[in-house]
Amino acid sequence: MSDTQTAPPAVSAVDAPHRELPWRSALRWESGLVIVLIATLIFAGTQSSDFFTQSTMFYIGLNMGEIAIMALPLTLIVMTGEIDLSVASMLGLAGTIMGYLFEHHWNIYLAMAAALVVGAVGGALNGALITRLGLPSIAVTIGTLTLFRGLAEVILGNSTVGGYPLSLTKIGVVPIQGTQISYSVAIFLGLAVICAIVLHATPLGRSIFAIGLQSEAAHFAGIRVGRIKFWLYVLSGVLCALAGILFTLKNASARFDAGTGLELNVVAIVLLGGVSIFGGRGSIVGVVLSVVIVGCLQQALTQMHVDAQVQNIVLGGLLLVSVIVPNGGEAIRRIRARTRRRVPA
Amino acid sequence: MVQLRRVAVLATALTVGLTAACSSTTKKTSDTGSPTATGVKKGLTVYFIPKDTQNPYEVIADNGGKTALEELGGKVVVSSGTADTAAAQIPSIQAAIQAHADAIVIAGNDPSSLCPSLGQAYNAGIKIVSFDSDVQCPNHLFINQADTKQIGTSEVDLLAKQIGSAGDIAILSAAATATNQNSWIGYMKEQLKNYPNMHLVKTVYGNDDPATSLTVLQGLLSAYPNLKGIISPTTVGISTAAQYLSTHKDIAKKVTLTGLGLPSQMKPYIHDGTVKAFELWNPSNLGYLAGYAAAALASGSASLSAGTKFKAGKLGEYTVLPAAGSTGPSVVLGPPTVFDSSNVDQFNF
Amino acid sequence: MTVITAPLVRRMFRAEGLLRARELGIVVAIVVVFVATTINNHAFADAHSVQQLLTGASLIALLAVGETLVIVTRNVDLSVGSVVGLSAYVVGDVFVKHPHTPAFVGFVIGTLIGAVVGVINGLITTIARVPSLVVTLASLYIVRGIDARIVNGKRIDPVNVPRPFTEVGYKTVLGIPWLAVIVALVVLIVGYAMRTFRSARDLYAIGSNPEAAALAGVPAGRRIVSAFTISGALAGFGGALFLAEFATVDATGGTGYELSVIAAVVVGGVAIFGGSGTVFGAALGALLLNTINQALVASRISSFWNQAVAGALLLAAIAFDRWVGLRVARRMQTAEGAHRDV
Repeated sequence: MSDTQTAPPAVSAVDAPHRELPWRSALRWESGLVIVLIATLIFAGTQSSDFFTQSTMFYIGLNMGEIAIMALPLTLIVMTGEIDLSVASMLGLAGTIMGYLFEHHWNIYLAMAAALVVGAVGGALNGALITRLGLPSIAVTIGTLTLFRGLAEVILGNSTVGGYPLSLTKIGVVPIQGTQISYSVAIFLGLAVICAIVLHATPLGRSIFAIGLQSEAAHFAGIRVGRIKFWLYVLSGVLCALAGILFTLKNASARFDAGTGLELNVVAIVLLGGVSIFGGRGSIVGVVLSVVIVGCLQQALTQMHVDAQVQNIVLGGLLLVSVIVPNGGEAIRRIRARTRRRVPA
Repeated sequence: MVQLRRVAVLATALTVGLTAACSSTTKKTSDTGSPTATGVKKGLTVYFIPKDTQNPYEVIADNGGKTALEELGGKVVVSSGTADTAAAQIPSIQAAIQAHADAIVIAGNDPSSLCPSLGQAYNAGIKIVSFDSDVQCPNHLFINQADTKQIGTSEVDLLAKQIGSAGDIAILSAAATATNQNSWIGYMKEQLKNYPNMHLVKTVYGNDDPATSLTVLQGLLSAYPNLKGIISPTTVGISTAAQYLSTHKDIAKKVTLTGLGLPSQMKPYIHDGTVKAFELWNPSNLGYLAGYAAAALASGSASLSAGTKFKAGKLGEYTVLPAAGSTGPSVVLGPPTVFDSSNVDQFNF
Repeated sequence: MTVITAPLVRRMFRAEGLLRARELGIVVAIVVVFVATTINNHAFADAHSVQQLLTGASLIALLAVGETLVIVTRNVDLSVGSVVGLSAYVVGDVFVKHPHTPAFVGFVIGTLIGAVVGVINGLITTIARVPSLVVTLASLYIVRGIDARIVNGKRIDPVNVPRPFTEVGYKTVLGIPWLAVIVALVVLIVGYAMRTFRSARDLYAIGSNPEAAALAGVPAGRRIVSAFTISGALAGFGGALFLAEFATVDATGGTGYELSVIAAVVVGGVAIFGGSGTVFGAALGALLLNTINQALVASRISSFWNQAVAGALLLAAIAFDRWVGLRVARRMQTAEGAHRDV
């Protein structure tokens, strides 16, 4: 959100923040993430005897797959300075729709297509409210978070729908033949490559950076800010619906409350990946690394029988450290400059 | 841009390296001993997977399980998530598989979403036991705190006795999707057919959150001013309702409350007359029984066939009941205990 | 106040005629829902029902007051729910270990716990220049985790909570619940302070134009830390009230409250980008949301519809808010010879 910020530094030249080229700061962040990943792997390998076993990678993929898929469009949206908190509710709504239609004897593939359409419509609703009516995205998506979840509850109530074809639900049980990669992770990696190419190597990607850095200038430069944001939200809706389909098939069960509470996890992962909440900075590689780090860390801690609440403390601490450390150097410089000025000449 | 590509390559290399490393398997040697005289092996590892790690009721049950395994020379690992969802429990099932646990005792957050993972565990040789909240998966034993039907019928009977078997009643439940809640409510509705003068007007869901429970409770009281009784088969619901009624005595005079409650929580409400009677069972015994059942299954001294018996320490001997309806083979802890002013002080759970 | 910010703030409050229409709009909405439900079901207007309408909204309204202060400065505090849980349990634990603690001490302890978390949130946000969304998201996780470690699967039971303490949770004065009275007092005090004291009005300046505020010499850092501290303190106080109202708490107390609080604030007309909005509006927003929740049950509408209706309402409120905001902006541009920034 480009408008949510604390008061900026005073305008003295000494204090002027070092404005970096976007890719330079992304590079620094990713290097940091790689170090953290290596440290995590060393930690996991030494602390848990079960970590470097065959099934670990499959399990991590199984647990993180849908969250990772939702993180991709959110990355793009956050980079334009907006946010989408309705991601997990759309996951639930799409899964619910697919289950409901399947229960009413629709062909499973048609039901999936319908779920994707619902995702697009939901995303379009977000996009229209935010770009056409100019409403703040954090508020709108809190509203649609509740609305989508509510619609799912109206549709399925407290029943669950199962009985999907085994050829599809096996994605929750076996990895891709010959590897330890779960189907959802494979889909995620494919999407990540596409997103990375678009973001870093196409004019559209450069536009996304520009919108996040300085929305008005981008507008005057001829970039269709509103249109891009709108379609990003539609993309988010569709990909979250896809995540919902995968989630439902993985569990072989559709419920209205699927994915409740995951939105904050997704936001945390995107932020950890180096995407600035103000927009204009970030990379897909960073988000991929973030997904891997969080997945490995959670898997390792669970294997070590660390309480789930403590795991949350670790996640929160990681998030905090990841944003304080880059700013820490500047903060210290600022404090030192201020105290130096206080000392009488 | 070149720098970025280098980092990307490095990251990819790392991922490839990880894949290669993971393709080597580390086998863990099983260190369980041979069966003892009672037929149960020593050194068993049982994973208890409650709904979440902080639910006080489940914590008591888990501790009961720990006691059981200690008596048998084994150990218990308690592992679960923080949110009451199936997705939060799946990593714990995976950890059990990777640690080559002997058995899993799980309170399912969801009747069906756990089946794929539990199926994997079963195929890996882990015995599956469910307790508190059953899962609708094959190949597992359900430790029922009390006969499901009996919970439903006794709740209705308990209320009927207090309101003279006539009047409008409502149910204040937990989450709309909770398996155990819905099973009990199903049998309550069945039992109500035996009381033609009692009508179930509504079921509301408090989601085990005191604030939500209070809001829906008040809405209920407004929507049905002639309400005579409320059954709340959830400890959060009944304690929230009891607190409200005990501070609004005029309503307490009209509405009778009962349900499933913890004696330690409900004591003051029995003493000040807000609630006459409620029921429950000892969660510690439930966990204890589940622990013994899991150990017996893992040792091969019991199986899922109906009629097999096994010993459960100080609780005595139990028999596996055959599958019925949508429930698989199960063991019943015993009848629910009714708590009222005569006995509520004797219990500290 | 220097030359630059004074007209800015004055112009903003000149438009308060229209802004006050915003709060009035919420009151109208509450009345409409109330009347419509009562027509359908007379019991909705019963004494107990109305009392619960007030009580049920009290906690969220209290938290919404603190959240308003933070949001007005263009920040957000997501940790309020976790603070409620931590504060409620610790206060209960104090009563367990020291049963003769006077009731008001319990409230003080709760407030202090919240204030400490608030100060930390504020300091990290201002000194490390970290976006408050990230800081308070992290503290949401960390505080909940600390709470869980302290609670460790236990629970505070009604027997442990002293009578005088719980009386705050249910006793009434002239038919109005104490809980609602206390929260209303907080709203009035904070609302008055926001309009009169310079330091409080600085918050609006910081939120509507940080650069101008900085140039005008507003000590942004100090003000923002104060806003977070108050938000935390009110959340801590709310935790103590939670314990008083329900007389029981475990590790799940307050979970998920942050989204309800933000919803109430948004419905109450506080701009999410900062710079405008009042605590009266936020408190009324909380009251409206609770009224709707209770009305749905009282109208015998299936409870499965609650969330969908709440979501639709939220979107409508945001859209309406935007419409009002546009009219205000247009009015400000045409009045006083339109001082435009080139």
